[in-house]
Amino acid sequence: MRYEAPESLEGAVALLARATGDTRVLAGGTDLLVQMRSDIVDPELIVDIKKIAETRAITEEKGGWRIGAAVTGAELKEHPRLKQVWPGVVEAANLIGSTQIQGRATMGGNLCNGSPAADSVPALIAAGAIATVAGPQGRRDIPVEDVMIGPRRLSLRKGEFVVSFFLPPRPKGSGDAYLRFIPRTEMDIAVVGAGVSVTLGAAGVIAAARVSLGAVAEKVLLVPEAAQAIIGSRLDQPAQERLAVAARAACRPIDDKRGTTEFRIEVTGVLTRRAALIALDRARTN
Amino acid sequence: MAKHHITATVNGDDVEFLCETEETLLDVLRDTLHLTGSKEGCGSGDCGACSVTLDGRLVCSCLVLGCEIGGRRIETIESMAKGDTLHPLQQKFLEHAALQCGICTPGFLVASKALLERKAAPTETEVRYWLAGNLCRCTGYDKIVSAVLDAAAEMRKG
Amino acid sequence: MSAMIAEHDLSGYVGTRTIRPDGVDKVTGRARFGADFNLPGQLIGRVLRSPHPHARIISIDTSQAEALPGVKAVVTRDDFGDQPSEFIPAGEMMMNYRDVVRNVMAREKALYEGHPVAAVAATSAAIARRALKLIEVQYEVLPHVIDVVEAMRPEAPLLHEDLYTAGVEPKPDKASNIAKRVEITLGDIDAGFKKADVIVEREFKTQPVHQGYIEPHAALASVSEDGSAELWCTTQGHFIVRAHCARLLGMDIARLRVTASEIGGGFGGKTVVYLEPLALALSRKAKRPVKMVMTREEVFKSSGPTSGAVVQVKLGATKDGRFTAAFAELKYQAGAFQGSPVQPGVMCAYAPYDIENVKVIGYDVVSNRPKVAAYRAPGAPISEFAVESVVDELAKKLNIDPIDLRMQNAAHEGTKAAYGPKFGPIGMEETLNAIKKTEHWNAPLRKWQGRGVASGFWFNIGGETCASLTVNEDGTVSLMAGTPDIGGLRASLAMVAADELGIPYDKVRPIIGDTGSLGFTFLTGGSRSAFSGSMAVVEAAKQIKTELCARAAKLWDTKPDQVEFEAGHVRHKDDAAAKFKPMSIADFAKMAGKTGGPIGGYGRINAQGAGPSLGTHLVDLEVDPETGRVTILRYTAAQDAGRAIHPSYVEGQYQGGAAQGIGWALNEEYVYGADGKLQNAGFLDYRMPVASDLPMIDTIVVEVPNPRHPYGVRGVGETPIVPPLAAVANAMESATGIRFTELPMSPPKVLKALKERGLNKV
Repeated sequence: MRYEAPESLEGAVALLARATGDTRVLAGGTDLLVQMRSDIVDPELIVDIKKIAETRAITEEKGGWRIGAAVTGAELKEHPRLKQVWPGVVEAANLIGSTQIQGRATMGGNLCNGSPAADSVPALIAAGAIATVAGPQGRRDIPVEDVMIGPRRLSLRKGEFVVSFFLPPRPKGSGDAYLRFIPRTEMDIAVVGAGVSVTLGAAGVIAAARVSLGAVAEKVLLVPEAAQAIIGSRLDQPAQERLAVAARAACRPIDDKRGTTEFRIEVTGVLTRRAALIALDRARTN
Repeated sequence: MAKHHITATVNGDDVEFLCETEETLLDVLRDTLHLTGSKEGCGSGDCGACSVTLDGRLVCSCLVLGCEIGGRRIETIESMAKGDTLHPLQQKFLEHAALQCGICTPGFLVASKALLERKAAPTETEVRYWLAGNLCRCTGYDKIVSAVLDAAAEMRKG
Repeated sequence: MSAMIAEHDLSGYVGTRTIRPDGVDKVTGRARFGADFNLPGQLIGRVLRSPHPHARIISIDTSQAEALPGVKAVVTRDDFGDQPSEFIPAGEMMMNYRDVVRNVMAREKALYEGHPVAAVAATSAAIARRALKLIEVQYEVLPHVIDVVEAMRPEAPLLHEDLYTAGVEPKPDKASNIAKRVEITLGDIDAGFKKADVIVEREFKTQPVHQGYIEPHAALASVSEDGSAELWCTTQGHFIVRAHCARLLGMDIARLRVTASEIGGGFGGKTVVYLEPLALALSRKAKRPVKMVMTREEVFKSSGPTSGAVVQVKLGATKDGRFTAAFAELKYQAGAFQGSPVQPGVMCAYAPYDIENVKVIGYDVVSNRPKVAAYRAPGAPISEFAVESVVDELAKKLNIDPIDLRMQNAAHEGTKAAYGPKFGPIGMEETLNAIKKTEHWNAPLRKWQGRGVASGFWFNIGGETCASLTVNEDGTVSLMAGTPDIGGLRASLAMVAADELGIPYDKVRPIIGDTGSLGFTFLTGGSRSAFSGSMAVVEAAKQIKTELCARAAKLWDTKPDQVEFEAGHVRHKDDAAAKFKPMSIADFAKMAGKTGGPIGGYGRINAQGAGPSLGTHLVDLEVDPETGRVTILRYTAAQDAGRAIHPSYVEGQYQGGAAQGIGWALNEEYVYGADGKLQNAGFLDYRMPVASDLPMIDTIVVEVPNPRHPYGVRGVGETPIVPPLAAVANAMESATGIRFTELPMSPPKVLKALKERGLNKV
C-alpha cells in the first residue's frame, strides 16, 4: 500500500490520474481507516490531500465563505465568524462522532464517503453549498446535492476529488439548523437527519427555504416540496404540519439495525419541523 | 513497498521510526516506540482509549496513520506527569476513585486535559459531552466527571 | 492506650477512602494490561473463525498457510485431544471440558459465526492475516436457530446429536436443544393462587447483551522445550486459566505458570478461556512465544454475551398486599454449548421476598450464537426484571405504594428462600427504607417524566482463597493475593492488613501473585474478592500475630498466654513493673533471623458465610413522545454492603452496575440477521451508555453487617446490575402509562407503542 502526500493540487491530480488500482483520497481518515481496518477496502494508493493549502483554508469570498474540503469539524467550530453566519453547518460538522473524531473529520470526507447518513451533508445542501472539484479535466463546480448519487456512489469522475465548498452570501434575516435523531446522546450514526435553511422577507414571512434530509433514502435528499410548504408562511401550525407531511412523503428509508422504516418516516416529520423552528428563530435574531 | 521513514516529536522527544502505510499511530506508539499507555479498545474510533493529542488537537490515534505524523508533535498519557508531580487531573482521578479497572483512564486523562486547556470552567454537561467519545464500562462516569470538575477548580486556583 | 504506643495513628483504615496503591501506575499509563506485554522473538497469533452460524466441518487444509514464509505454526482441532464428557464444579457453575475444548477450537461442527476453526502464529500480524486466508475449510452449511423459543421447538435445527434434556422424567429418547430443565418449589402455588385477590400474569423478552469490557482478550504464551510454560493473560481467574489450559494441553499443573496482567474489565466475561489454550498450543509447536489479542469484532462475535430470554411471571396477592403465590418460567439461551445462567436466574427471581408458595421453572437451551459467559449476577437481572416489573404492576392494581408493597413482603432474617437456605441478616428492608427517605423519592415530576423503583438480590459466594503476608526486614509488609484486582481490591486488602497488624497503610504493598506463588484461588467473580480476600488476609495476619507473641514470650521468658498483640505491638499483659517495652512489627523484623527466621502468614481458606446483598434503585426519566427517545434524569442506588471496606470503590460498584443496567434496559442488544450473522459487532452499533447519556448516580451504602465475616463484609459487585432493568421499565410505565415487556426499550419500540395509543404528541 503506497501513501503519498502531494503539496500541490496539480500533484494530487496527477497522482490520481495515473493510478491504476484502488485509490483513496485521505483527508481526516475517520472513515477510510475504519474501512481499511475491517477489510472493506484495501487500497493500493492513498493520496493525502491535507498538505494542499487550498483544502485547509477558510476564507471569505465574494460575500460568501469558501471552506477547504480538509478543514476539520473542530476548526470550523473554532472559527470566530463562521458559526454566526452558518450555525447549522458548523453544528452539523460537530455532531460527527466524538470530540476526537471532530479533531480529524472533514466535510469533504463526510460527503465523499457516500453515506446517506452523513451529518454535515444535509446542512450543506440546505445551505445551498457548491462543491468545487478538481480533476484531470480541470476544475468544476457541483451543487452538493448532486455529488452523492447512492450509497458509496458519487457523481465524480475518475481522478476527481473535492477541493473546497462554497457557501453562498447570506442575506440578512437568514438562519439554518441541523438536527439528527440518534438513540443515545452522542456517538451514533444518524437515524434521521434534517437540515433546514430559511431567509425571511418582509413582515417576517419566509421568503426562501431549503430542506434536506439524511439517512432516509439512498442518498441525502434535497426536498423542494418541503421548502415550498413553508415559503410564504411564518411557520405557523398549519405550515409546520405541511412541512412534516412533505418531509415524510419524500423519504424512502430502509429497515436496519439503526431504525425501522416506520420509525424513520415518523421521526423525519418531527425533526424537520423542529429544525425549521430553530432556523426560523435564528433568522429572526440575525 | 519500502517502509516510510518518519521523524516526529513524541512527548517532547525527537523520535525516528519506520512504518508500513497501514500502520496506525497507535500501532507505532505501542509496538515501535513501546509507549503502551495508549490502549486499543476498538480500533475504529468508537471508544477513545487510544486518545492522544496531535499538535495539541485531541484525536484517536487508531484513526491516524503513522506516516501522517512526520514533523508533527504528539503527546500521550506518558507525558502528563512532570517528574514526580502528577497533573492535577491524575491526582483528582486517584482521590475521587475515578478509575476501577483503569483501562479507559489514559484516554480520559488525555481528553480531559485537552478540555481544560480550552475551557477553564466547564459545566458538568460540557464535561460529559466533551468526554462522550471515551467509553467507560466500570464507573458509570459519575466519579470521572466529579474528578474533572474538581481538577478544573483546582487548576483555576492557580 | 499506653502512652508508649503513640508512634502512628491507629484509627482503622477500613471504612476510609485511601488512595489505591496501584493507582499511580494506572493514571500514568505505566500499568500493564493484557496486550501490553511483549517477549523477544515473539510471534503474532490470529484465529480463523467460522463465517457460518451452523455447519459441519468436513475438512481443513492448512498446507498452504504452513508453507507461507513467516508462518511458524498452525493448529486445528487435530492439535487438541478430545475431552470426555464430565461435569466438574467450577465455583457457581458446573462445567464440562468436552464442551470447553470444542468452544476453544471447533471439532465436528462450527456452532456459531465466529467459532474458532484454526489458528496461526507468524512473525508479523500481516503475515498471520494472510496465512488465515490460505487455510481452506470445507463446510457443510446447516440450518441455524438463534431465538430461544425457536430453538426449543422439536423441529428446530439440532445443535448436538447427543444432547438429551436433563431434569425431566421419563428421560427423553430424542435429542433436543433443551439441555436441562430445573425447578425450585416451596409450598403449594395452586393453593396460593386460590387465596389471591389479584393476580398479574405477564411475559417478558430480553436480548443477548455483552459485558462490554473495554479491553479485548489478550494472552502471551511461552512454552519451553521441556514442555513447561509461562502465560500472561488478562483474566478474572489465572488459577482457572491454568486449570483449563493444563487440562486441554495435557500438562502437569505445576508446569504452567500463569500471571494475571492488569485487567481492563471483565464483569464475568473473562472467567473462561478463549485465546489462552490456542496461544500455548501455537507456542508449543513453534518453540517461540506467541502473542494473541482479539479485535473488538472478535470480542463481540466470539466471546460470550449473556442469554437472551423469555420469562413468564405470575404473581398473586391479597388485596392488602400480601403475596400469596409466585410462579415463573424462564427460558434462557445458552449459546453453542449448554450452561446458561438459568439456575441462578431461577434461584434469584423471588429471593428478595418472603413468600410461602413459590414455583420457578427454568430451561437451558442451546442455539447458534456464542456460548454464554457469566455477566454480573448471571441470570438474575433477567428474572428479576420480570418479577420486579410485575410487582410494580401489582402495586398499581392494589393501589399500594410500590416501596410499601415490597416492604410488606420483604425477605428478612429467618426467611426461608425458595431456593433453599434460611437467610441470616439481610438488608432488603433497609435499602427500601433508605430510598423512601430520599429527597429523590418525593421530588416533583413534570409531564412525560416518570419514576420507577425496583429491588434486586444476588447471593454472592466465598470459595478457595489464598493470601500471604510477609514481614520484610524493615518492617514493611508484602501482601500477595490470589484474585485478580478488577477495581480496587489491592487497596481494600492493604487496608485490612494494615488494620490487622496495626501498621500504616502505606507500609503494606499488595500485589497479585502468579499461580506459582500461592495455592489455588478461585476467580474474581461472585462478588467474592474483597469478601474472601480479606478473610484470607485476616487469617494470615492472625498467624503473624500468634508467631510474634510466641517470639516475644521466648524473649521475655514468659508464657505465651501472658503476651498479647494490640495496636501494632506485642505487649506483656501483666507488666506492672513496666519491665518489657512493647515491641512493634518493625522491632521483630530487625531480629527475625535471630528469633526463628522470616516472619509471615499464609491464609489458605475456603471462605464460607458469604451473605446476600440486596439493593433498591430509584430512577427518574423523561420520554420524548414524538421520537420515543428516553433521557435518564436522576438515579439513586441503595445497596447493602455489610461493611464497606473502601466506600469509594463500593459506591463505584453501585454506579457501574447501574450504568450497565440502564444500557441493557434502553439500547443494548445483539442484532442478528436472518443469515445468523451478528450485525452490530462494534461499539458504534452496540450502544453502551456514554458520559452524556447519564446523570450523576447517587449512592447510599447501607450496612447490615454479615455476621460470618470478621468485618461484616458482603460482596457488592454484582447486585447493582439487577434492579436497573425493572426500575427503568417501571419509570417508563410511570411516564407513558405503557408497560414495556421487551428489552431494550429502544426508541423505535417506544414510539410505536406511543403511536398505537395516539400518545405521540408533546
